[in-house]
Amino acid sequence: MLRVFWCVLLRDLTLALRRRTDVLTTLFFFIIVVSLFPLGVGTERQILQILGPGVVWVAALLASMLALERLFAADYEDGTLEQMVLTAQPLSLLVLAKITAHWLLTGLPLVLIAPLVGMQYHLSDDAILIMMVALLLGTPVLSLIGAIGAALTLGLRGGGILLSLLILPLYIPVLVYGAGAVTASGIDMADTRPYLALLGAFLVAALTFAPLASSAALKISIE
Amino acid sequence: MLFSGLDFAVAGGTLLHVRGANGSGKTTLLRSLCGLFTPDSGEIRWNGESTRRLGEDYRRDLLYFGHLNGIKADLTGIENLRVAATLDGDRVDESAIWAALARIGLVGFEDLPTRMLSQGQKKRVALARLILSNAPLWVLDEPFTALDVGAVDLLETLIAEHVAHGGIVVLTTHQEVGLTSGQVERLHLGS
Repeated sequence: MLRVFWCVLLRDLTLALRRRTDVLTTLFFFIIVVSLFPLGVGTERQILQILGPGVVWVAALLASMLALERLFAADYEDGTLEQMVLTAQPLSLLVLAKITAHWLLTGLPLVLIAPLVGMQYHLSDDAILIMMVALLLGTPVLSLIGAIGAALTLGLRGGGILLSLLILPLYIPVLVYGAGAVTASGIDMADTRPYLALLGAFLVAALTFAPLASSAALKISIE
Repeated sequence: MLFSGLDFAVAGGTLLHVRGANGSGKTTLLRSLCGLFTPDSGEIRWNGESTRRLGEDYRRDLLYFGHLNGIKADLTGIENLRVAATLDGDRVDESAIWAALARIGLVGFEDLPTRMLSQGQKKRVALARLILSNAPLWVLDEPFTALDVGAVDLLETLIAEHVAHGGIVVLTTHQEVGLTSGQVERLHLGS
């Protein structure tokens, strides 16, 4: 079981490394969107500190959207997805492996670049730390929920736009609590705990249900 | 409606040759057999049990080869076969993979991503799964297209061997397939 999970994970990571542009696009999109705001609204310290958490999270949402469309599309086009559905392995396990690979390639880089991005917004060290933790808990949720949408819109014409209409509203709780955690860290570090706990709860819930829902959606889309 | 009133059973050691004009529903029938398409009504049974209910147990016994090769263009032939074997739940035996690669005549191309190979060579990589597979039921949709004479011979040999060992092959093709043992049954759609 674990062997199959590793196999699919490594396969997707290898594929991404041979086609690096896809990974870098997401990261650079995130960096550019986040950097545009200080240029637009000016460099006043207080305004940026208020804007920062929200902007970073909205940019993370959009960046993760950007990569979602390709999560299953490539495998669908060359028939490997069909083969995965037909193996004796539980499809939700294979889907979870694909989502994990997707997060490692598109979510984790955002977490790692967060300190750099936070500095543009004059965020304190505490705020940056909380932002990293919140992103670490929140970005996997984005990948997991997004996978359901990607599976549902697979093979549809104009699926990309439909996907964002379908998925972005579902991202709202993550946005609210993710940005809330960073804002709360400006008042008292202890105040961030409930926000992070809720993000953790979202993560557990998404980990439980999203692979099952995505694999059910994939089976429908493949017909 | 594509077809109705279809009722047949295939015993071990049989090649079922599905024929019919373009658009008569050959691919749909084959995809239904695999569970990739749900028929409006009717049931498909494997060893007397509904394939829907068997689920993973049925898919373990099944190998499907469709219009799409089902190989990743950015992976090499070896990597593709290794992934396919792992997903099939077989212990991945490197020497078996190399042997399969030798048999399809792609030794020397093992370091190239399959995107650099020709159409026929890609198809050969996909066909190597037949050599590695232990599944008793093969469902092959137009397996002979894009293959050269040598590969056609190889595929015919593989099918004949599989049937001789008591396996079942269901295929669509426009050419005759010779068998060394076992029997050929024909199903004509759209008449």
